[in-house]
Amino acid sequence: MALKLPIFMDSQSTTPADPRVVEAMLPYFTERFGHAASRNHSFGWEAEAGLDEARDQIAKLIGARDPKELVFTSGGTESINLALKGVVEMYREKGNHVLTTTIEQRAGLDVCKRLERLGVEVTYLPVGKDGLVDVDRLREAITPKTILISVMFANNEIGSIQPIAEIGKLAKERGIVFHTDATQAAGKIPVDVEAMGIDLLSCTGHLLYGPKGVGALYVRRKGPRVRLAPMMDGGGHERGMRSGTVPVPLAVGFGKAAEICREVMSSESVRLAALRDRLQDAILSQVDEAFMNGHPERRLPHNLNISFAYVEGESVLMGLNKEVALASGSACTSATLEPSYVISALGVDAELAHSSIRFGLHRFTTEEEVDFVGRRTVEVVQRLREMSPLYELAKEGVDLKTIQWKGE
Amino acid sequence: MAYSEKVVDHYNNPRNVGSFTKDTPGVGTGLVGAPECGDVMKLQIRVNLETGLIEDAKFKTFGCGSAIASSSLATEWLKGKSVDEASKIKNTDIVNELKLPPVKIHCSVLAEDAIKAALSDYRDKWGQPAAAEPARGDGA
Repeated sequence: MALKLPIFMDSQSTTPADPRVVEAMLPYFTERFGHAASRNHSFGWEAEAGLDEARDQIAKLIGARDPKELVFTSGGTESINLALKGVVEMYREKGNHVLTTTIEQRAGLDVCKRLERLGVEVTYLPVGKDGLVDVDRLREAITPKTILISVMFANNEIGSIQPIAEIGKLAKERGIVFHTDATQAAGKIPVDVEAMGIDLLSCTGHLLYGPKGVGALYVRRKGPRVRLAPMMDGGGHERGMRSGTVPVPLAVGFGKAAEICREVMSSESVRLAALRDRLQDAILSQVDEAFMNGHPERRLPHNLNISFAYVEGESVLMGLNKEVALASGSACTSATLEPSYVISALGVDAELAHSSIRFGLHRFTTEEEVDFVGRRTVEVVQRLREMSPLYELAKEGVDLKTIQWKGE
Repeated sequence: MAYSEKVVDHYNNPRNVGSFTKDTPGVGTGLVGAPECGDVMKLQIRVNLETGLIEDAKFKTFGCGSAIASSSLATEWLKGKSVDEASKIKNTDIVNELKLPPVKIHCSVLAEDAIKAALSDYRDKWGQPAAAEPARGDGA
């Protein structure tokens, strides 16, 4: 079969909707278009039934005891905002200290920065070279004022999977609310809010082959019951935590996507991990001074992040972007001139942070695609190395650290 | 971000990639930028010591596509110019030619710095101030 270009390998940014998801959604745009909060007619009941089923499907995916513990939102960012701001406002009398990490996704970090401006104390825990949080350090950072621990389940750049169950246990012992941003993990690896002691969990539809524009926040109802101050005031939908008409077709799609993920997760994760390893081997066996970022085992099965010394990330993407959609944590991509804060947090040299490339496999990735991407990546990196003054210096045996660089 | 056609062309077909041996007569070398900033350019000129004209130029760049294109374009423009003329190349000329967006202007600034550094290195090693060169050429 001929390879279809361009190849999408940026599944940490979004995923294509599964065709079965789209099919499940369609009736809710046309014949079952009712408002789920309309209590007095069949249109409303039908819509509500659709929502109930979706809630149930998502609850099963994340191991929630009761589907009512799920609040629909517009996506991961809103869920994270609601979780963090909602807890801080509701538990204000108890304390004003939040514990999080330096590698949360932007929504998590930006909410924390805003909270700091409002007088909340936030501790950003560093991570090790493998991208993992040290639970002992987390324990030491807890103060009598700590009301919330927020640690992402799996990282969006390097895929590192945090010791969530250990953190959940610690939070429980100390009576602190525990939120995890599982936008990258849910649907890909086992997530169980009960077994892992999670009180709040953010997830989103479009990262698990569902539609964009819908997410969910799991809010524990028992042991302990977590309360949140809402951000949206209005009709009191979603148990008062998120007013606003729930987009039923999107929620139904999210539910269907969650159901499919639960069914295929064990086989899909094995298949993708094998393809990912194949890609990693193809690249690392052909390119010298290329380094895998993150933890070799404790990472998402579809995630691969590699730093190529002596070449800059955006230039690698430019050489590939006609054929392959990838992401880089490099300077220029984000227009901020800062290298990836996640890669920098691992303690690697700044120039390696400028050269990180992220590969994201997904449900529809084929072996043929992986082989093509591996081959092309090697070609592009080698071509850029021939053009790189740093590679030339390194090959001459010059230690780049000894050079007095004339910066801009 | 979409790249201009000219940036893509220089990226795909970079002109004058390579290096001269640093101590070759007439060669001036500029190395600017810093790895941790994500941009390093090495730009070299080879000046004919008789005529004072830049006969050849080469570059190697670590950086984004726009940085590669800026330095590639710079080497094209340098060839055939006198050292004095070369020192008049401005970063804004590069911005206009490559249609660089605002976030990429620093790439053109770096290319201008690389030209200046190469010219200065040339003068230190081999030359008189640029203005005096034609006279020296004539007299030789």
